[in-house]
Amino acid sequence: MTDIGAGITPGLWHRLYSGKTFPVLTILLSILILWYAGAVYMNSDRLIDQYERNKTDWDMEILIEDAWSMERPILPAPQQIVVELIDTVLGKNITSKRSLVFHAWITLSSTLLGFAFGTILGIILAVGIVHVQTLDRSLMPWIIASQTIPILAIAPMIIVVLGHLGLTGLVPKAIISMYLCFFPITIGMVKGLRSPDILQLDLMKTYSASSSDVFWKLRIPASIPFLFTSLKVAVAISLVGAIVAELPTGAIQGLGARLLAGSYYGQTIQIWSALVVASFMGMFLVWAVSLAEKATLRQMGGQTA
Amino acid sequence: MKIRSDPATMIFLTLALLSFAFPVGYDGSDTVSWWFDLAAATFVILSIATAVFQLISRRQDLPTALVVTAGTVLGATAPLLAIEYLETRGFEALGIWIYLVGLGFLAWRAMALLSAAANFSLIITLAVPALFGIWLLYLWQVLTSGFSIPSVLLPSPEQIGAAINANADMLFADFYQTVVKSVLSGFVFGCGSGFIVAILVDRVPFLQRGLLPLGSLVSAVPIVGIAPIMVMWFGFDWESKAAVIVIMTFFPMLINTLAGLQATGKIEKDLMRSYAAGYWQTLFFVRLPNALPFIFNALKINSTLAMIGAIVAEFFGTPIVGMGFRISTEVGRMNVDIVWATIAVAALVGSVFYGLLAVCERRLTFWHASYRQAR
Repeated sequence: MTDIGAGITPGLWHRLYSGKTFPVLTILLSILILWYAGAVYMNSDRLIDQYERNKTDWDMEILIEDAWSMERPILPAPQQIVVELIDTVLGKNITSKRSLVFHAWITLSSTLLGFAFGTILGIILAVGIVHVQTLDRSLMPWIIASQTIPILAIAPMIIVVLGHLGLTGLVPKAIISMYLCFFPITIGMVKGLRSPDILQLDLMKTYSASSSDVFWKLRIPASIPFLFTSLKVAVAISLVGAIVAELPTGAIQGLGARLLAGSYYGQTIQIWSALVVASFMGMFLVWAVSLAEKATLRQMGGQTA
Repeated sequence: MKIRSDPATMIFLTLALLSFAFPVGYDGSDTVSWWFDLAAATFVILSIATAVFQLISRRQDLPTALVVTAGTVLGATAPLLAIEYLETRGFEALGIWIYLVGLGFLAWRAMALLSAAANFSLIITLAVPALFGIWLLYLWQVLTSGFSIPSVLLPSPEQIGAAINANADMLFADFYQTVVKSVLSGFVFGCGSGFIVAILVDRVPFLQRGLLPLGSLVSAVPIVGIAPIMVMWFGFDWESKAAVIVIMTFFPMLINTLAGLQATGKIEKDLMRSYAAGYWQTLFFVRLPNALPFIFNALKINSTLAMIGAIVAEFFGTPIVGMGFRISTEVGRMNVDIVWATIAVAALVGSVFYGLLAVCERRLTFWHASYRQAR
């Protein structure tokens, strides 16, 4: 599709058009413009109301200026969020409860712990399912069914039961993350462990390899690319789990707690900045996993696509 | 696959015979063994008899599997009887727990036999996971009632069933508010708009190149967090929940449909061109059918996302009805059985929703490689 202009020396415009960066930037820019316009549109009702009550004169210019700098806007302008972010990320002491870094760290730690639990559980389940036919038949449908149960529904109960067993703080949140993120890992690993085809398995048989040899030397290496694909999905889900887990636990620390507090007190800018931090954290986590993927695949002999 | 020795059945036999030597509970102040009730003892002996039969016959066919299953089910009633009529006092009723561990091995054997015999029959294929689920529920029931765990902590399935019965009207109202009003409307609108935008974007390669890289970024973003904002914008009723679901389901649908529309190979497109087919004809007869596996993938992902989105959004404000609301208030009032009843309804709804999608997928994409019979 990109070689429409082949034969003619591509001009600057065409190179920009058929590249990747320019389209992405265009779309980002249009989202930004829409956002600013939306901020004016959504905040204007309340502002006009306010002007009329105070009987102040107003024109479009003042309205736009005010709409982008309201105290508690319905939709804050991007630069307000940036200011709030700079203030709460850089301006505050990291250990202070007002610092977003502090809250992000709380969420990150339960995300990572849950991710670790989920990875271990997911791999164990996958190994069991691949090797034991009974498990494949009996467990697999329930693993799928487990994901149709909305986790938030069970979260309070998990907190209650674990609290009774003496587990509080990080672990219940991590377990909720684990519940969400083991699923893609199990599915991906089952697919990966089954990916060696019959020829390769027969070859191993001709070497008179034991089943543990087949597992460690054929199945595990074959499953690594699948594992990393599902790890990328799982780490993003694990973050969702950690944030969601903070809602019903009545947590006062963490990004989810920031969202909850922001919605109680109508602090929209606070909600948005927590969301932005959470988004960056998600992207960072996925990026970190894909770095690990590249390094591992290079170690294994450079099968990178 | 021939199994010479049968360790699972032998372990069951040993443990079941051993359990006769231990008390299974208190009748008044005396400890009694399985002989407290002729029925219970008969059930235990019947389960032992099926195990012996299995050990001697060593057959692996369907009738044997059914006999062992029946033996397991009969054997499972004995601990229930003991717990019903006797005082168990937790670990002091050692006989029950020894027997129960053994029964686990027998149930495992039954499932293994069934799944070995399951290759040709759909009903048996469904029976194995069903048996597993029933076994888990049974364990839950026996453990919670045998150790008399307070229902504030973990109610037994029986109590949850009673709660569902007693609060059917309320649960239905919650179901109607959360599922029918919020989830369905949000799901249909989100998936529909994602699909339409995907088809539009597919016509403009420029937008496609701009959106696809962003799509993978968006998938890393916890969109659920948008819930408090939507509740502020659209109020407490179902509209705000539907809005959250629309945003959550839009991107998976968009990205998957775009990827699916690209799945059609060059040869198929060239063939359509040689038939002088127009854009829309190619779209409807080749590209959309080819994209169906991707679209169903998105629909399945979205079905779970939609339930999560609705219940999360209800935490940020709701009228006094709805599943999320019910859970958060009844936890506070210590009515844990109602909470579990709501969870059961949510699980059932989620599974049925997913199951329907899976059935539709099978009907519509029966030609796809992943459904061909393996070897």
